[in-house]
Amino acid sequence: MQSVHIVSAYDEELKYLSKRIAAMGGHAERMVEQAITALVNADPGLAQKVIRDDAVLDEGQREIDDKAIIIIAKRQPMATDLREIVGAIRISADLERVGDLGKNVAKRVVAVTDGRQPTSLFRGLEALANLALTQLKEVLDVYASRSVDKIGFVRDRDDQIDAMYTSLFRELLTYMMEDPRNITPCTHLLFCAKNIERIGDHATNIAETIYYIVTGDQMPAERPKGDKTDQISLSATLPVK
Amino acid sequence: MADRGADDKGMAQAFATRLRNGRWPLLAGLVAILVVYVFAGISAYVLLPALALLLGAALLPAGVARQAGENGAAIEAIGLQRLSGEYLAAAVADPLIIFDRAATIVHANAAAFAAFGGIAPGISLALKFRAPEMQTLLDSVLSGDVASDVVDYTEKLPVERAYRVSASSVGHGTDLYVMVFKDQSETRRIDRMRADFIANASHELRTPLASISGFIETLRGPARNDPAARDQFLQIMQNQTGRMARLIDDLLSLSRLEMKPYLKPGTEVDLRQTVDGVIDSLAPLARENNVVIERDFAEGSLDVPGDRDELFQVFENLLENACKYGQSGGRVVVSIARSDADPEPGIDVTIRDFGPGIPEEHIPRITERFYRIDVETSRTQKGTGLGLSIVKHILTRHNARLSIRSEVGKGAAFSVHLPAH
Repeated sequence: MQSVHIVSAYDEELKYLSKRIAAMGGHAERMVEQAITALVNADPGLAQKVIRDDAVLDEGQREIDDKAIIIIAKRQPMATDLREIVGAIRISADLERVGDLGKNVAKRVVAVTDGRQPTSLFRGLEALANLALTQLKEVLDVYASRSVDKIGFVRDRDDQIDAMYTSLFRELLTYMMEDPRNITPCTHLLFCAKNIERIGDHATNIAETIYYIVTGDQMPAERPKGDKTDQISLSATLPVK
Repeated sequence: MADRGADDKGMAQAFATRLRNGRWPLLAGLVAILVVYVFAGISAYVLLPALALLLGAALLPAGVARQAGENGAAIEAIGLQRLSGEYLAAAVADPLIIFDRAATIVHANAAAFAAFGGIAPGISLALKFRAPEMQTLLDSVLSGDVASDVVDYTEKLPVERAYRVSASSVGHGTDLYVMVFKDQSETRRIDRMRADFIANASHELRTPLASISGFIETLRGPARNDPAARDQFLQIMQNQTGRMARLIDDLLSLSRLEMKPYLKPGTEVDLRQTVDGVIDSLAPLARENNVVIERDFAEGSLDVPGDRDELFQVFENLLENACKYGQSGGRVVVSIARSDADPEPGIDVTIRDFGPGIPEEHIPRITERFYRIDVETSRTQKGTGLGLSIVKHILTRHNARLSIRSEVGKGAAFSVHLPAH
């Protein structure tokens, strides 16, 4: 990974930092996974657990911040080391946000599953969550392997997530127009979908940070943002009573 | 030559071991001889043979020991010396990862590469397996509190996999640890299938029950004084109870089949007589559906080992299906033929109908429990959705094969191949 320092304690501190990031990443992945499972299976118990688990991520982020500041103060890091440390601070902030978004999905479980909803409502959301989680998993795998040459997949996956989100948005709007009783759960599901889409964005952010840590360059310029929900309008011809 | 070399090396090693083990008595002997030499003033001619004698005595038993015993220990020692950790890891079929005190991967076997990808020596294990339970496992083993630990680890993406992961330290003071993954995905899948089956079965039972209770409500309320409606409703209720009874019968025969997994050996079944019996018993159904059953039986003895009642049920289910779903064809051909060309000689019983046929995409799945191609037709034909899975179950017990050929619009042929002996 990095070259060996004369003070081996310095190496250990850097290693500890990346280990904490990995642990936070694992926690965030698990939280999002469980939030979706709780939503699909209408399991408020699991949702409560997810909400409680968020504290672990907050704690993790604070610890990484503290440790990083201390290392900077004590060791006066340069080049790769400095990028590594600043990167850790940024990644941990992203992961903490991912956890918050997962927690927000979990909070909506009770409201969405209040009446019995048909599972078809959740199919699309599950698929979207799978895409976002795959994105997060692959990005964190790159953090472990440091093989940034393969990081191009992040962009492609991002496009898929945007396309899926757009189609899900349209689908949920249709359900709401079909039957006004669907409006409550579908509105919550729209927020859940938005949250999951945001998780994908944070994963992309993390990928950019990793690219910067390893190469020292910024990732090539961002292409225009792709979700088209801002243009969706279903012209509703409401039945006249 | 190589063997010889190894033998010589082993011999030399045994000598070295012998000398090392006997170093204190040897030293004492040497000192004693020197003391006698210095103080008693004996000439050097006596000293040299005495020393030679001591050395000879020290080396002699090594050869004797080799011949006399310790053979097992010697084989183990020599064998283990040839054993490399890498070969051992490669020989393990489960994913196996060796890592050091900093949780950095030292070596991973081919199974681990295939299962997880993206692992190479030098990568941190804690960064690769980020799930909280894996972090706990690593922490507990690396801290040295416990020598080994086990957790259940599930991966959702890209495909769902479940592992039982055990980690333990390797030897003493090597600072190496090993992690082995036991794949549990298959067991999980079977558990889920069982749960699905119960859910399906209760769903199948609840549908007729709901309809019966609905009609009872109507009979006690609005239709109380309407004899015509009452008759009609009672008829429907009777059909529904009949359906539930059939379903329960089928469920019971399935569970009976599962209770006794092996067939009683030694009984022979005459297929000609069995199939004739089936055709006779289904004659009323065939008449009702306007279907003619044609026979095309081979000459000679048609005996196969098997259970008569079970095989009767197989052909009954198949012929019943042919009469019901191939009704539009107007005829069903039952043929029995000997097939010797097959790698496994035996007897083929084929039941062919000339109805609408089965679309290709359904064929692999129609023996699944409660799998229906067309729910409506199945309901009107009083199907339970279990007939073909019972057939498949019985045939598996007979080491027999069911093959289904069908062309849409031309009918379907269900062929049972029963091994002769």
